[in-house]
Amino acid sequence: MALDPALRDDILRTVPSLRAFAVSLSGNVDRADDLVQETLLRALANIDSFRPGTNLSAWLFTILRNQFRSEYRKRRREVEDADGKYAERLKVQPEQLGKIEFNELRAALAQLPDDQREALVLVGASGFSYEEAAEICGCAVGTIKSRVNRARNRLADLMSMSGTEDFVPDSVTRGLLAER
Amino acid sequence: MNDRKTPKSQAKAAESGKNDGSPSSLDRSIQAKLGDQLRQMYNDVVSEGVPDRFADLLAQLEKTPDPKEDKPL
Repeated sequence: MALDPALRDDILRTVPSLRAFAVSLSGNVDRADDLVQETLLRALANIDSFRPGTNLSAWLFTILRNQFRSEYRKRRREVEDADGKYAERLKVQPEQLGKIEFNELRAALAQLPDDQREALVLVGASGFSYEEAAEICGCAVGTIKSRVNRARNRLADLMSMSGTEDFVPDSVTRGLLAER
Repeated sequence: MNDRKTPKSQAKAAESGKNDGSPSSLDRSIQAKLGDQLRQMYNDVVSEGVPDRFADLLAQLEKTPDPKEDKPL
């Protein structure tokens, strides 16, 4: 498996955002790093199917997303046999993840259906276009747009209901003023 | 559920004086804030860079014996 050094560097440059995407999907850093590792191994094993000049990061994100989808389904089936301990661990993990200030957002994100969460993160955080996100998720552009909208509305509802200080009007107003 | 606006958020919009006639101006503020937080959370992870395990993994794969590439000229 001889890897072209330029391609290797491009892959390495994508790793930080692959990890961020994996953390957003799994809500768990260790799990995320395992996902990234599996993604890289799978990508390298199939490197011949990557066409140079096409979008490498979309290609890698697609692999990671599919990997997450299939493993998550598999794990969920296993967990059902195993007294829900895994699900419990998933609930506890977000608080061990980095900054406390994002805990509300993490908890809200975790309540979104998978398809809405991945669409929102790809478009709202990873910076992919709707077209690229549609390619990564294997669906129509219109589907991505509606998932992103539904995710945004649902998150806004969850966050304003939770009464997070950041989301009361005064600080929103202050924030808006400060940004000008 | 998507179109539902909570009475609470409408009341807050009115109080804040930022309601410029559009019923969704508070929602838009929340959306903007939400977008910022989401990006921040994401970029926190991005800024951690490439953990050694992945750099090592790729380096190792590169060194995997391959007769053709073993000794580049």
